[in-house]
Amino acid sequence: MPDKPESSSAITLDPGPDKIIGSGHDYGTVTDKIGGVVFRPFENTPRQLFLGFAVAFLLVNLFLVAVTWLFVRGVGVWGIMIPVAWGFAIVNFVWWIGIGHAGTLISAILLLLKQDWRTSINRFSEAMTLFAVACAGMFPILHLGRPWLAYWLIPYPNTMWMWPQPRSPLVWDVFAVSTYATVSFLFWFTGLIPDFATMRDKAGNRVAQKIFGLLAMGWRGSAKHWARYQKAYLLLAGLSTPLVVSVHSVVSFDFSVAILPGWHTTIFPPYFVAGAIYSGFAMVLTLAIPVRRWYHLEDLITMRHIECMSKVMLGTGLIVAYGYGMEAFMAWYSGNRYERYAFVNRAWEGGYWWTYWLLILCNILIPQMLWSRRVRLSVPLVFFISLIVNVGMWLERFVIVVTSLTRDFVPSSWGMYYPTVWDWSTYAGTIGVFLSLMFLFIRGVPAISIFEMREVVHHTGPHVDHGPATEPTHAH
Amino acid sequence: MHTETAGTGQPGHLYGMMAEFDDPDSLLYAAWRARSEGYRNMDAYTPMPVEGLAEAIGFQSDWVQRLVFAGGLCGAAGGFLLCWWMSVVAYPHNVGGRPLNSWPAYVPITFEVMVLVSCITAVVAMLALNGLPEPYHPVFNVEEFARASRDKFFLCIEASDTKFDLNATRNFLQSLNPREVMEVAT
Repeated sequence: MPDKPESSSAITLDPGPDKIIGSGHDYGTVTDKIGGVVFRPFENTPRQLFLGFAVAFLLVNLFLVAVTWLFVRGVGVWGIMIPVAWGFAIVNFVWWIGIGHAGTLISAILLLLKQDWRTSINRFSEAMTLFAVACAGMFPILHLGRPWLAYWLIPYPNTMWMWPQPRSPLVWDVFAVSTYATVSFLFWFTGLIPDFATMRDKAGNRVAQKIFGLLAMGWRGSAKHWARYQKAYLLLAGLSTPLVVSVHSVVSFDFSVAILPGWHTTIFPPYFVAGAIYSGFAMVLTLAIPVRRWYHLEDLITMRHIECMSKVMLGTGLIVAYGYGMEAFMAWYSGNRYERYAFVNRAWEGGYWWTYWLLILCNILIPQMLWSRRVRLSVPLVFFISLIVNVGMWLERFVIVVTSLTRDFVPSSWGMYYPTVWDWSTYAGTIGVFLSLMFLFIRGVPAISIFEMREVVHHTGPHVDHGPATEPTHAH
Repeated sequence: MHTETAGTGQPGHLYGMMAEFDDPDSLLYAAWRARSEGYRNMDAYTPMPVEGLAEAIGFQSDWVQRLVFAGGLCGAAGGFLLCWWMSVVAYPHNVGGRPLNSWPAYVPITFEVMVLVSCITAVVAMLALNGLPEPYHPVFNVEEFARASRDKFFLCIEASDTKFDLNATRNFLQSLNPREVMEVAT
């Protein structure tokens, strides 16, 4: 079959903030455009991608060095001590896992809500979820002290006849995070199967054909297969929706079940989940904006997507602001002197007061710019705000974890926590791991769901009909 | 519009007769016509899910959801029993004088295991019922079929159908206004 020439032609124009797909697309052109990103000759890879990967890969090496040093010397290389035993490892764990949540929200919850704008960003954000959870999962294990004994977290029959304690939120966390990682992978891979088949049939060389063929598992687009596929996909979405809420709730239980002032509050679960989605959408924007530009995908990831994501960011940001407000209110209203002190310490008395106000600036004040439509439609501004929110959400985790721990009940056990160079290296290293995986994903796998884009074409587009004229259909 | 002769022309060497369409609506109409014509063993191949197509070729199955429901029940029961057994039987441990079977604390793990098992069941059941992975299938013998994962829509009436007849089926498919009608070798 003579394949059509790559029709990436002239359709690179953004269709504006009302459309989810550029004009002139048919089933073939969306296939070529998205597949073309993967089949582009190696030397034609955008230079920015090489550069980005180079930087990210350097950070991966930094990560390896930091982890090796940690394995050799133990957790003492980090700044953690008593009373601040949790430090960066847990800050980063919560931050990364929160970032992952937007992916599941976009792919599952927005699917159930029939939000058509999710389609061109869902694959991308699912991959983001997967890699963010991978980064998150490493931290508690590195923090164990003896990471090679991490399998002790899992209940398994052992000669010591010891079992994990199922009444502890830390054990719930093991189940929640491992379930989340597995389900995110299944969701992502299931979505990819039909696209792997497309790549198999489009592949120009034998090696690519074999690899994609293996991954497609013989998918042939049979109507019977699609029927079961759609049911399975919908069930996965339905199950992921409560899962994503449960995961960050369980993460927040790690804190709120403890009696430490600053942690022991009932608002944590909803406020953590909202914060997770907030940071996740910020990360999707941070990644999608450059990629759409490098690969000229402005007609598939349109201004409508960016505007919708900005609105979600604004909304969840307000929920987070409510959470901060409620913490301050409860510090006063509860009449509990420890609660009150925890807040006073956080906001001005303790050594970390500036992190609190930086957090308010990043998470509450600056994102208010998104109320303006002009700001939401300005790509550089949205990109800037998304970076700010990423920083802000990291600071939030820092304030919660570290500031609360530095002031225990007994003043004799108070102490300050200072991260070491190894803390920073491990953190920067996971950013490198995350970005490297994202860059490889964009280069090697269709980063936008092709078959779902064909559905979008079918539903929205007057697509070019070049077949023989058929009679009015739908006789039934 | 031409007709390819891929096999020997003998029904024994044929998997079926395939017609290619440009858009989902024509395929939907064709599938519905084929079914009302009395054909039963057929399948349609599309680059994306087409609403109503499975019904049009007379396919119905609710095994995925049944299995997922069963998987969810097993997962929830398993998760709860694991917690109960660990803290009541295997490693009883007094925490602040609370009862050993403090079941509200088991809810998160019960829920997570339920979700985990149901999701794995959903994917495995979908693949297994679809007969995937399947390294070989006759439809791939048709060269034009590569476009089934791109922009074209196919209907294949299988030779195993009792009503299948080389000429009659080809003529019937031709009457549906396809781009092309092709024989599919086994």
